[in-house]
Amino acid sequence: MEKAKKWPEDWQEIIPGCMVFRPGSAREYHTGSWRAQRPVYDNSKCIKCGMCYIFCPEGCISQDADGYFIADLDYCKGCGICAHECWPGAITMVEEG
Amino acid sequence: MNIVENFDLYAPRLVDKEEHFSAGHRACQGCGEALAIRLMCKALGKDTVIVNATGCMEVVSTMYPTTAWNLPWIHVAFPNSASVGAGVEAGLKVLRRKGKIADRDVKTVAIGGDGGTFDIGLQALSGAMERRHDLLYVCFDNEAYMNTGIQRSGATPFGASTTTAPAGADSTGKSEWKKNLAEIIAAHNVPYVATACHSYPFDFMNKVKKARKIKGPSFIHCMSVCPTGWRTASEDTIKMGRLAVETGVFPLYEIENGKYTMNIKPDRLRPMEDYLKLQGRFRHLTPADIEVIQTRVNLEYNKLLNKVENLQSWEDLS
Amino acid sequence: MSERVGMEIALAAAETVALCRPDVIAAYPITPNTHIPEHLSDIVAEGRLDADFICVESEHSALSACCGASGAGARAFTATSSQGLLYMAEVVPIVSAMRLPIVMIIGNRALSGPINIWNDHSDIMSQRDVGWISMFAANGQEVVDMTVQSFKIAEHRDVMLPVNLNLDGFQLTHVVEPMLFPSQEEVDAFLPEYEPYAAVHPDNIVSMGTLALPEIFNEVMKAKDEVLKDSKKVILEVWKEWEEKFGRTYKPVESYKTEGAEILLLAIGSMAETAEVAIDELRDRGMPVGLLKLRLWRPFPFEEIRNAVKDVKAIAVLDRAVSFGGPGGPVFSEVRSALYDEKVRPTIISEIIGLGGRDVPVGDFIKIAEKAARVAKTGPEEEYEIFGVRGS
Repeated sequence: MEKAKKWPEDWQEIIPGCMVFRPGSAREYHTGSWRAQRPVYDNSKCIKCGMCYIFCPEGCISQDADGYFIADLDYCKGCGICAHECWPGAITMVEEG
Repeated sequence: MNIVENFDLYAPRLVDKEEHFSAGHRACQGCGEALAIRLMCKALGKDTVIVNATGCMEVVSTMYPTTAWNLPWIHVAFPNSASVGAGVEAGLKVLRRKGKIADRDVKTVAIGGDGGTFDIGLQALSGAMERRHDLLYVCFDNEAYMNTGIQRSGATPFGASTTTAPAGADSTGKSEWKKNLAEIIAAHNVPYVATACHSYPFDFMNKVKKARKIKGPSFIHCMSVCPTGWRTASEDTIKMGRLAVETGVFPLYEIENGKYTMNIKPDRLRPMEDYLKLQGRFRHLTPADIEVIQTRVNLEYNKLLNKVENLQSWEDLS
Repeated sequence: MSERVGMEIALAAAETVALCRPDVIAAYPITPNTHIPEHLSDIVAEGRLDADFICVESEHSALSACCGASGAGARAFTATSSQGLLYMAEVVPIVSAMRLPIVMIIGNRALSGPINIWNDHSDIMSQRDVGWISMFAANGQEVVDMTVQSFKIAEHRDVMLPVNLNLDGFQLTHVVEPMLFPSQEEVDAFLPEYEPYAAVHPDNIVSMGTLALPEIFNEVMKAKDEVLKDSKKVILEVWKEWEEKFGRTYKPVESYKTEGAEILLLAIGSMAETAEVAIDELRDRGMPVGLLKLRLWRPFPFEEIRNAVKDVKAIAVLDRAVSFGGPGGPVFSEVRSALYDEKVRPTIISEIIGLGGRDVPVGDFIKIAEKAARVAKTGPEEEYEIFGVRGS
């Protein structure tokens, strides 16, 4: 798991005003480490509707080359919303080992 | 299942795939507000400046030196996202007029939680709406001061247990009814006011798009489920939002130039119990308490229906 | 430029702000500073200034709206006094932390309670530790000159800090004086267009106002301190340029008749002008007394103070504010702290005068100078004195 950016070694490296010029840099922090359970996809049931993608608070679900949806486990917090909202029941939450 | 519901099932495929609010933010598992922000940003697009009040979303999304925002974003303090937003709007307007920045529309959107909007931020919001800045204000309402640990706010519903109005031997939690902020803002003659919920994502995104087009003030009150504060299961976040609408607790409607429109009209309201029993913050309520709440929710819902049916738009009245 | 114009100083301040071409002005009225936002809104309404005047609903919103405007890359200005300053106080340290070069004129007025609309420095002295550049004007001409200088100093890329310019409420704001105004061309030549370091706009995405964890906060505060201290370089450069262009000199500490002085009065704000009259009279009597006028308050001019008090036996520091139950007047406690490590230190006493707009006549300054001469031999008589109070 990639660690978050290390703190600067020198106070002079602080950007004025603590402004952040790197949009989306929060991705450096992998919230996937928080999970207690993980979504497992059964593509045979998936109808590729995208409801899981819409309802993910992390926005970490995307489509693979075949159009099936898959969660990015670097960020998935295991909340279970996708499994709960999946119409055909293609997603099951499984305990993290 | 009728055709509209069927369409909604496939509509996610048509939504802009870009994530303006990236993963890596430190919101709780199942956070409804984070989801709502993500959806709002999709509807707003990249020509937007976000002004954020202090609260859950600001804290979890911008820990220096990282930010989850792929949009220009500014945070100053707790009560002032509306006044900072007014300043951004004025600044951008003047700079564009003087030719110092690109000559295209950039929408200023101020956001805040129920704390930063209903209570401490109400003055700034009222002033900004009254002065008719071209500003969209979206309130993400999780019904308590969640970021500081679930304290009671003006948006906390009757009977909810919070850390500063807890249930106990001598108390049933909050003893006052929720402030109706949409009505307060509508009374400012704001041309577009709407209520929304992340559990109805396309309704919410359409409302954001509509509000974005308004040249003037607009306001959206978005209910955001907080599993941590409401003591619900994290996977039930979407379900809780639906129940809030289906029981009439949080009806979804728009007020456009004074004309009320109900967006989701259940044929029959589900009983309050369906909504309350799933939430730990209402665990202490007795059947008598629930009856009181049911009566009040029915009344407020009927009041709203009355307005939907009878009030004309300002254009028709003038 | 060559003609002196007689005008109420608050109106002159507004006229000068307009010359500086602010983009957004957000201000709330509060006596005695009200004439500044009022006149600015007149100027905008007459079409003489292309700016947005936001009639905010509170001072907190005034400074917040300025933050928003400045964050968007616009030149922003506000003005306030006393309770208004305290109402926006929550935002004040945030402005300097966010490095937004907002200029604020403060018409110094006593803090309530009891409510009092007249002049003293308790309002600005409550904001000592916030990281703003802070300057004091002693007369109308200084208000005009320092207003233009404030924008230039604030927006300099090596500074990027907010500036507050202080003028005594009523004593200056409502007084009519003859002043020389720079022309629009001269101001445009002196003060270039504002080019922000960063601005919230989709063409260059930035997040402003992020959260700093304990792991980084100390470094951030160190950076904030260093940039404020370093700003003195730019302030002196701007003052040098002003002298070259307009012939008027500005120094962090001004001296008046200090050659051979054994006793000094140290004043801040318009009281210095009255003190000068007292110094003239005492010098006529043969007393070796002089006056220091503190112009730059933050960053505090340690070096200039130390240099100015060499060979002096006693200083009476005049304050228009008091830290109740503390070390006396704020200027006194800072001057004393600046001199503590000097090998040879004068006796320093704290005289708090003119609270809440109480008139301080020339005679009072004379009495204080005489007291300073006395304590030069005997040592201080008390921690500090609230001067001129009836009763024992």
